[in-house]
This record gives sequence, C-alpha cells and structure tokens, in this order.
Amino acid sequence: MAQMKFMCDAERCIECNACVTACKNANEVEWGIQRRRVVTLNDGEPEEVSISVACMHCDDAPCMAVCPTDCFYKTDDGIVLHDKDLCIGCGYCLYACPFGAPQFPKQNAFGERGKMDKCTFCAGGPADSPEEEYAKYGANRIAEGKLPLCAEMCSTKALLAGDAQTVADIFRQRVVQRGHEDGAWSGNPRADADSLAYDASQQG
Amino acid sequence: MTMSIPWQFLWRLPLLALMLVVGLALAPGVEAQADPDREAAFAVPAVDADTWRLVRSGETGPNYRDSRFGSDYNLVNAAGQTWREIRNRWVSPFGLIAIGAMLVMIAVFYAIFGRKKLDEPRSGRKLLRWSVVERSLHWSVATLFILLALSGLNILYGKHVFHPLFGDGAWGAMIAASKQVHNYLGPIFGILLVIILAKFFLRNLPRRHDLTWFRKGGGLIGKGHVDAGFANAGEKVWYWLLVTAGLTVVVSGFVLDFPNYGQGRDTMMWANVIHAVGALGLTAVALGHIYIGTLGTEGSLEGMATGYVDEAWAKEHHNLWYEEVKDQAVAEEQIGDEAEGDSPAPRSG
Repeated sequence: MAQMKFMCDAERCIECNACVTACKNANEVEWGIQRRRVVTLNDGEPEEVSISVACMHCDDAPCMAVCPTDCFYKTDDGIVLHDKDLCIGCGYCLYACPFGAPQFPKQNAFGERGKMDKCTFCAGGPADSPEEEYAKYGANRIAEGKLPLCAEMCSTKALLAGDAQTVADIFRQRVVQRGHEDGAWSGNPRADADSLAYDASQQG
Repeated sequence: MTMSIPWQFLWRLPLLALMLVVGLALAPGVEAQADPDREAAFAVPAVDADTWRLVRSGETGPNYRDSRFGSDYNLVNAAGQTWREIRNRWVSPFGLIAIGAMLVMIAVFYAIFGRKKLDEPRSGRKLLRWSVVERSLHWSVATLFILLALSGLNILYGKHVFHPLFGDGAWGAMIAASKQVHNYLGPIFGILLVIILAKFFLRNLPRRHDLTWFRKGGGLIGKGHVDAGFANAGEKVWYWLLVTAGLTVVVSGFVLDFPNYGQGRDTMMWANVIHAVGALGLTAVALGHIYIGTLGTEGSLEGMATGYVDEAWAKEHHNLWYEEVKDQAVAEEQIGDEAEGDSPAPRSG
C-alpha cells in the first residue's frame, strides 16, 4: 500500500499561495479556515525561504494520540482522517500538532470551538453519501484517482504529494541535478553554502 | 511614406557587433554556472542552523510570515510534542494510579477498621451543624464536583473503555455530553466553590490543637479522643486543598474554557496539564472525603442531610465545638418546627 506524503521543496516555493487558494476552492472550506498556509522565513533577506504547510499525515500522529474521542484514523494509504460526528471541539489536536493543521470554526459565544477541520489529503472522510462527505470534509480526489489539488496546481512543482517513495525519488533527482549532496535540509557546511538563491551582488 | 535612415547613428552597428562577439565569448562562463562548485562560490548561504533553531524554539523572528490570517504558529511547533508526552506518559497513567490507590486504601481501611460507630449511645438530642444555605451550597458543589469528575475522567480515559464497548454512536453522544457538562457546569462550580470557601473560611483557620490531631493520626494512633473544633484538622486539610488546588483547577479551567481572550496555544497546553494534575489529585482525595462522610463514620451524613447531628456524635468528633454549643441542643421532636426558620447556625469561630 502507498504511504501518502506531502513534501514542499523550499528551493522552489515562490510563496504564490496558489496551493492555499486551490485547497480552499477544491474543498469549499468553511469561512475563516485555511487548511494550507505558506510560511516564509527571513522574509526580505537574501536567505528568504518559503514552505507550504498543511497536515503532514504523520506516521505517529500526535493529534491521534491525544484525541479524547478517538475520532482519528489512518487510511490504508497512510492518510490521517477524522470523524466530525465524533469530534467535540476540545482543541487537544490543536495543542499537539506541530504544524498547526487542526483549525476550529468559531461561530459560538466565548470562542467555543466547532468541529475540527484539517487537510484530508483530498481524501474526504467518513460519511454516508458523497454529498455529505463533500459538505463535511471537502473533495475526495483520492477516490477519483487524483492527487491533492494543492500539489497538482503548484506552478513550480515545489509542493509534491503522493506515495512517499515516489516523492522521495523526485526530490532525490532534483538534488542530484542541483548538485547538492544532501538537499536543502541538512546543516553541514556544504549545504549551508550551497543554495540556488542567487545573489547577483556577490558575482565578483 | 519612406523611412529616413538615420545615417548619423550607423557607426553604432560595429559596436553592437563587437558586443555580441564579446557576449558569445562569455557564454561558456554562463554555462559553467551548472557546476555546483562554481555556483557555491557566489551563492548566498541557505537558511542557516540558527534559523532552524529559532523555528524549533517556537519563537518567530521579525521576518517570519504566515499566509494564514491571525496565525500565531511557527513553522514547526515542537511544544505540542512535550505536552503530548506529559499528558499521555505521565498525567494519564499516574492519575489512574492515584485514584486506584485511593480506592484500594479505602477498601483496605474499611476491611480492617470497619465503620466508625458512635462510642456512646445516641442521646436523642440534636445540635444544628449545617444551615440550609450551607447544605444547599455543599450539595450543589458536591453534585457539580461529581459530574465534573466523571465527565473529566471520561475525557481522559473514556476512549480506552467506552469507545470499544459501545461503538461510535453511543460513544459519540457520551463524549459530546461529557464536554458540554464539563464546559458549561465548570464555571458554575468555580463560582460556587469560591462562595462556599469564603463561607467556611473562619472555622477552617488552623488552631494549635490541630497539630495534636495530626500527631495522633486523627485519633487512630494511641488511646483517647483528640480535640477538634467545628472542623477537625483533617477537614481543614481538605478545605485548604480546595483553596489551593481547587482554585488552581478552577482558574486553569477558565483558561481552557474561554479561548477567546487571546491566550495562546502554549498557555492552554500548560493550563491543561495543571488542570488535569490538580483535578485528578482532588478526585482522589474527594474519594476519601466521601468515604469518611458516608460509610466511614456513623452520624456524619445525617448532619449534612438534615443539618442536625446527635449530641453523642458532636461530643465524640468535635468536642471543642460541642462545648460551645451544647446549650442549644434540641430534642429530636422539636426539629421540624424550628429547622424551617433556619435560625443562625450555632458555630464556633
């Protein structure tokens, strides 16, 4: 079985936020909720880097471990989904998640949380009919044999979605092509010095 | 219309040609950019280790941007994992151990010592111990405490027991009700707790004889009775536990219950840990309080139920208080006439 993963190639992300828009559009996400966000580090500095973040569908998902209602489950594809009928809006998944994926609609007084909403890897969720599924969780593109729209839409193909092995292969190929020994991720001196961010002022 | 040729600019053409030639000559240099070593020589440093350390720390630098409106998250929020480990590895198992140990201790105590019977036969004369207001407060707080304890325990442990047992439907209703009960009754409990603590404040101030009470284990160690005023030292411990741990639980509960006052996720995480630890501890101690007040001691429950206790009970358990109020003892038959009036409760300072 596949093990679905997102990976954002920070060297390619141009902070266009198309993934955010695509996600909202594909899933008709409730007002005030944004399942995907783009984080920019060192904005405006030479080493600026942007990364698109949503639910990472963790192997050992913290949300799943702390949920008092046991509403989370993992599909055969390794996608972390949750049952909105069971969710009580306690916010524990929000505390535990390192990526800020769970969000809660706030329509009630005193900030009382509604049913949690998060990225479903465009895999919908538990419901009796496709209409109900769409209304509650958004699109189920996986069932149609399609990948999440955020990744499909990404103009620079920074955001990759799919089987972890395939995503890793694509990224490895890029790394080889760029000449990085170990991608953009590690802290070794070579990778520190080696970036595709091009600073014309330093071109002697 | 014919185009006039600007002859005067023609001399620039060779110059352009020269530039083209020079440009082409430089082309291999452009090609060389694909060489990573060359590229590295003038590439800017990638995001450095300090930046990732900043990300890990949970702080955001001045040039941090998040496209989500009102987001107060970092790229990675490692604190959540700490909270998860504290909650799932420590609070959850040790809370169960504390409550379980308390139940075992009570059972063993009951098996060895049994119910504490009155030493002397009942005199039939009664003393007013708890006024209507005090009893109403006590039972309101007690009922709310039990509801909050049960719903809280369900929120912490229920999924391991009732979800597999009842299935999605019933469990869903059960856990949703638990959350509603907890969130809506919690604040009422908090307000009533403050009122009852204020009302019982004076009689729970520590006295010298309380030390003796502790030394003699409340009368369990050694012969003879230990002195006690309106409240004995054990009751005072329970009172001051409620003042400290109880109010801590109430305050942390408010932090969790009203997320609309701008408190961050980290604040709520710590509030949650404090809330759980305090509440589990209080629940364990409350089991002892319930045991002593009902099954453990003859004559105690009727005090909180009817408001009156027997003279024999007062003499035995609260001798100093008895000395103060013994003149006000009434015969059992008179109680009906008088109790409704709720005359000021006789009490010691």
